Amino acid sequence: MSNSQLTPGIVPARLPAASYEANFADHEPPLDRHEARVAADRCYFCHDAPCMTACPTSIDIPLFIRQIATGTPEAAAKTILSQNIMGGMCARVCPTETLCEEVCVREVAEGKPVEIGRLQRYATDTLMARDVHPFTRAAATGKRVAVVGAGPSGLACAHRLAMKGHEVTVFERRPKAGGLNEYGIATYKSTNDFAAREVDWLLKIGGITVKTGVTLGKDVALADLMNDYDAVFLGIGLAGVNALRAAGEDLPGVENAVDFIAGLRQAGDRSTVAVGRDVVVIGGGMTAVDAAVQSKLLGAENVTIVYRRGREKMSASGHEQEHATQTGVRIIYGAAPVKVTGGARAEAVEFAYTEDGPAGLRLMDQGFTLKADQVFKAIGQTLAGVPDSLSVTGGKLPRHPGPKLWCGGDCAEGGEDLTVTAVAEGRDAAEEIHAALTGAAG
Amino acid sequence: MANLASNFIGIKSPNPFWLASAPPTDKKVNVERAYEAGWGGVVWKTLGSEGPPVVNVNGPRYGAIWGADRRLLGLNNIELITDRPLEVNLQEIKEVKRKWRDRALIISLMVPCDEESWKDILKRIEDTEADGVELNFGCPHGMAERGMGSAVGQVPEYIEMVTRWVKQYSRMPCIVKLTPNITDIRKPAEAAKRGGADAVSLINTINSITAVDLDDFAPEPTIDGKGTHGGYCGPAVKPIALNMVAEIARSRETAGIPISGIGGVTTWRDAAEFMALGAGNVQVCTAAMTYGFKVVQEMISGLSDYMDRKGFADTSELVGRAVPNVTDWQFLNLNYVTKAHISQDDCIKCGRCYIACEDTSHQAIEMGPDRTFTVKDEECVACNLCVNVCPVENCITMVEMPKGQVDPRTGRTVGDYANWTTHPNNPLARAAE
Repeated sequence: MSNSQLTPGIVPARLPAASYEANFADHEPPLDRHEARVAADRCYFCHDAPCMTACPTSIDIPLFIRQIATGTPEAAAKTILSQNIMGGMCARVCPTETLCEEVCVREVAEGKPVEIGRLQRYATDTLMARDVHPFTRAAATGKRVAVVGAGPSGLACAHRLAMKGHEVTVFERRPKAGGLNEYGIATYKSTNDFAAREVDWLLKIGGITVKTGVTLGKDVALADLMNDYDAVFLGIGLAGVNALRAAGEDLPGVENAVDFIAGLRQAGDRSTVAVGRDVVVIGGGMTAVDAAVQSKLLGAENVTIVYRRGREKMSASGHEQEHATQTGVRIIYGAAPVKVTGGARAEAVEFAYTEDGPAGLRLMDQGFTLKADQVFKAIGQTLAGVPDSLSVTGGKLPRHPGPKLWCGGDCAEGGEDLTVTAVAEGRDAAEEIHAALTGAAG
Repeated sequence: MANLASNFIGIKSPNPFWLASAPPTDKKVNVERAYEAGWGGVVWKTLGSEGPPVVNVNGPRYGAIWGADRRLLGLNNIELITDRPLEVNLQEIKEVKRKWRDRALIISLMVPCDEESWKDILKRIEDTEADGVELNFGCPHGMAERGMGSAVGQVPEYIEMVTRWVKQYSRMPCIVKLTPNITDIRKPAEAAKRGGADAVSLINTINSITAVDLDDFAPEPTIDGKGTHGGYCGPAVKPIALNMVAEIARSRETAGIPISGIGGVTTWRDAAEFMALGAGNVQVCTAAMTYGFKVVQEMISGLSDYMDRKGFADTSELVGRAVPNVTDWQFLNLNYVTKAHISQDDCIKCGRCYIACEDTSHQAIEMGPDRTFTVKDEECVACNLCVNVCPVENCITMVEMPKGQVDPRTGRTVGDYANWTTHPNNPLARAAE
């Protein structure tokens, strides 16, 4: 007996087999050569371009777009990758609508920015399709650096260090490298195993050894790394998940959105991933949107995101919210969960409306109840597994806690928790490490 | 609605838009399609002498350059005159003219530079009832190697001689088509006038190589690994053509000779500009070859609306209206002072004006916090580069400084008209004192 959208409980295969491929196909298909030339023609080659300033990795956007316009996408890719070695993934996942494209002068002029993200993808895809690595290593320095965490910051750091001639070992607790690129990005944003292919391509620089299944504090101690290596970079991300702090949180059916997203990413056959008939996602970030949208794409009948504050405070961009609602997800603003109810497993969630005042968020007496056989918690991730020797401020590690030690990415202070920010921090840490190890200025 | 009806050297057409002698006018089927679309006249593709027709290459005939979004800006061609038998052309011309009495039909001619050849062709075309002839002294490729086309147009004496023959052996109005591949366009125009031409038409195409294939290292269009120079036309040549038209219109020796303006006319505005500089009508080719014959409809509505706005009842009120304002540099008012002004409301903060001025001009634009761009009047020489590079039309304008105000750049008070001829820095002016 096959399942359908109306089957109660958390079950796999709600949709006909053919639906999965269509639902999880490339969310924004790549530009072809003609489309890229047309899109590139719209760039004004601004002076001191606002897009470039808005990019956390400061990619020279006008230059790379001009290189596309003149028929040299590989040169464009090199312009991108020299600033952001994960320019391929960032082209797919960057919230460009709140970064480069938001400040594009054509957004100002016509309400329609140059499609910077898609052009970046065109350039990087073109280069990567040739399966060559455009950078070469400097002469070996004999210095060895340990990088903990093979996510965007760790890999960006490792690549830059390898390029400078250092020998890098990357330690990763999960079975695969890539971090959130591999485990945290919505499936339709990174199709055809792109995250893994990008890691393989990045490692072609040479001089980087990745050791997976190695957890800091368990399999390897920070103190030992500090002793064994000339420098250490921690890019350990945010491994913990915030609790709901609502009664019934432990009922079966209540899950972390990040685990659901990761499970879906790693599933070879999407139809094997179980999803509820009535799904409630609690939170207001991209994780909430990704979990909700993909629940819908897996065949959930009703999917609702409930966010405790107003629309304007939601950290998922307007573009993301629109994407969610277009997929059929309902978003309720200004309500917080009070209780997950149910017998043996979650059956519903009780919410109270909130009032966002000067004294903070206040629960009101009135509320509502949503049917829910699956509840996703997406209210933020937290730093976890930090060595005791390090001090944590505001939930983050300092960027340079002491001699020989640097931190970057989501685990570290500064910037938003975005892939592109993580890459910038990893790259910049590598430059600092290189300067420290070689006495080079800058 | 303004009356667009045109009477050019006695040749009447419902509007001043003619198709130039070129591939679009080589056959009856094309010409009839053009008339159906609304073209006022057609100059039939150049006919040659009786005998085996010329042959064309069988590889590509056109090269091009493009602007943003692959908008065609310039086209060059290595096509020769008609490669169809003379009799076929004459028969078709006759048929078309009989069917389309209200439209202009001119025959373009190019035969060897001897009296007999011209006498013969003129006789052959007589009973086509065509409205006039246009002498192709312009094509710079192919036929020029055989002593025709621009090879004639580059020698004023030949122009005069052939024009004389034509006027001698034909009663038809005669338009002499000029090549721009010379140093002074007034000389061939004067020769045509001396020969008795009723009008000149210009410009024919400009000698050009549009591109080089960087894999095969050959000019484009490439024929089996080789290329040759071709005739360049399209929007890119318009400024060159406008100047040449204006030179003839304002030259004492040629003033008043009717001009058919040719060179990159793509829109009603282009046509109006040619006419304002003295062209009695215009001829079009590349715009039609790029977009099809329907483009004439925009030209008709645009010119008509413009004339209505201006209160011109007839095209003659527009023709030549800008000619008195074309002058020599030495007569330009050196006391006319303007300063660039950037409208902050319209500015989209691309910074192109700033970097153009800073890198390549006068460092007269300030880039303030929040990317606010303002003009430094004390540095601005009013060169207009910022206006030209700004992507937003009318965002940057040149504002005239009133008389009596002090130009902060020079410290001089803006005074009355004065030009170079009397300027103290002009050695000739001093000598005259």
